[in-house]
Amino acid sequence: MKRDKIIHAALTIVALSAISSLALITVFVFKEGLPIILRVGVKNFFLSGDWYPSEGKFGILNMIVGSLVVTAGAIIIGAVFGLGCAIVLTQFAPRQLVVILKPAIEILAGIPSVVFGFIGVVVLVPLVRQYLGGPGLSILTASIVLGVMVLPTVTSISVDVIQAVPRSYRDGSIALGATRWQTTHMVIIKAAKSGIIAALILGMGRAIGETMAVIMVAGNALELPHSILDPVRTLTSNIALEMGYAAGDHRQALFATGVTLFVIIMILNTIALTISRRSAGKAAKK
Amino acid sequence: MMIKPYFHVLEGYSKKLCFLALFILLIPICEGCRDSKGRPVNVIGSTSIQPFAELLAEEFQKIKPAGSIDVQGGGSTAGIQAIVNGIADIGMCSRELKEEEKAIDTPVEIARDGLAVVVHKSNPVSDLTLAQIQMLFSGRIRNWKELGGNDMPVRLIMREEGSGTREAFINLVMKKTVVSRKALVQESNGAVKELVRLDPAAVGYMSLGMVGTELKSLYVDGVEPTAQQVSSGRYRLSRPFLFVLKTDTPLRPEAREFIDFVLSDQGQQILESEGLVRAK
Repeated sequence: MKRDKIIHAALTIVALSAISSLALITVFVFKEGLPIILRVGVKNFFLSGDWYPSEGKFGILNMIVGSLVVTAGAIIIGAVFGLGCAIVLTQFAPRQLVVILKPAIEILAGIPSVVFGFIGVVVLVPLVRQYLGGPGLSILTASIVLGVMVLPTVTSISVDVIQAVPRSYRDGSIALGATRWQTTHMVIIKAAKSGIIAALILGMGRAIGETMAVIMVAGNALELPHSILDPVRTLTSNIALEMGYAAGDHRQALFATGVTLFVIIMILNTIALTISRRSAGKAAKK
Repeated sequence: MMIKPYFHVLEGYSKKLCFLALFILLIPICEGCRDSKGRPVNVIGSTSIQPFAELLAEEFQKIKPAGSIDVQGGGSTAGIQAIVNGIADIGMCSRELKEEEKAIDTPVEIARDGLAVVVHKSNPVSDLTLAQIQMLFSGRIRNWKELGGNDMPVRLIMREEGSGTREAFINLVMKKTVVSRKALVQESNGAVKELVRLDPAAVGYMSLGMVGTELKSLYVDGVEPTAQQVSSGRYRLSRPFLFVLKTDTPLRPEAREFIDFVLSDQGQQILESEGLVRAK
């Protein structure tokens, strides 16, 4: 009994310290970043694309756009391939194939992002430049690389939610004479919809926070992009590119970039949580 | 308080755990009390100087196997900050020090380097004036056609803020002119090299010693970018390679030995054979 209590106390402390580190990070990032946003002015900070730190101009609009566009691209690719993968794995693939495919996708999650970036630079960038034009370092390239990187997240969560759909739904649909594909897209995907959306949003969180691979393949130009073949700079790459040397206002502006990123990710996570909770509630009612 | 009644439990099976915890607690203390002599000399800064410093460190260790030198990149400004914060013994900086930096740091010039403006091998353009390079990078010249090249949009490649190469380029070429926002930004000489090597429309700049044979470096105002021309002063895009020391902190003897080696005839010969110009 006594040992139980000790362990109980110890685990509580461990759990609290994990959460308190989150609190510390939040406080620190906001403390460093907020003053400069207020000093520069919310409008000048968020709605201007002029980022000239040496002249005291800190407008991050172009980078917000960059982050959002690249993430959107990544999630489109992640959705098509990740969801496709999940459907095949749960509905159509024979057991032997699942045994090979599923671990293979999970291994993808363990590959370091530099490796993805490097492959992107060496293989993808020249291909895009040669066949589609532009500098090669572009929104498209970054989206593809990130899309592959979010595949494991999207696939494994989608597989879980699809598998959670009660077997009776499927049996019922088949019994009514629907084909397997009809059953899949009319019954199972519908039933698992909110879970799948949550999977996509979690994937988005991963894509928007990714740094290394994006720095390597996105080109990091400050100009607002006009096509998906134009280079962009994302919020994360802006921080990572300039952190090493920034001092004073510039350093604070980078923290403010971090604040922006933080808020965006918080919003995404909240949406994901609400959706998955709502779906859990629905499932309970049924 | 609460803890007391549980002591006897610790005496039993958790004794080993206690030792372990104690041990873990002691590690940082031992780390602190370790003789400073065992610590390697930290050299941090410019990624342009880094490969040369690594080479020098290797040669230095051949002569003095006991002395260990740890070379890291990070950029010129990061190198200077590392000196100020006391993280590094020696900072590497590939541009002139700024006024406010001169107040706390002492520069030691270990070599001079040319800044080469590089293009793809297939690019027919081979000689530009300083003004033309400035117009290129400010975005006023948008097509290679305007410079007598092929009909291709110009692709600018810059280095990131804080890079010594970038700042040297801005001081020497751009002056007050603003760099085009269309410019791609890459964070190392290697990345710039990789891009220019593969892209027929690209133009970038990098340390002369790193150009190698895969890129074409442009003549500037009719002067060929070579170490000889840098040393004669005719090639105008040149900058110092500096080791930066903190003025008010005495240098550790191991670091001093390394600097002496770099400035010695042998050290300078190594740098020269790598395409740099001897420090005057």
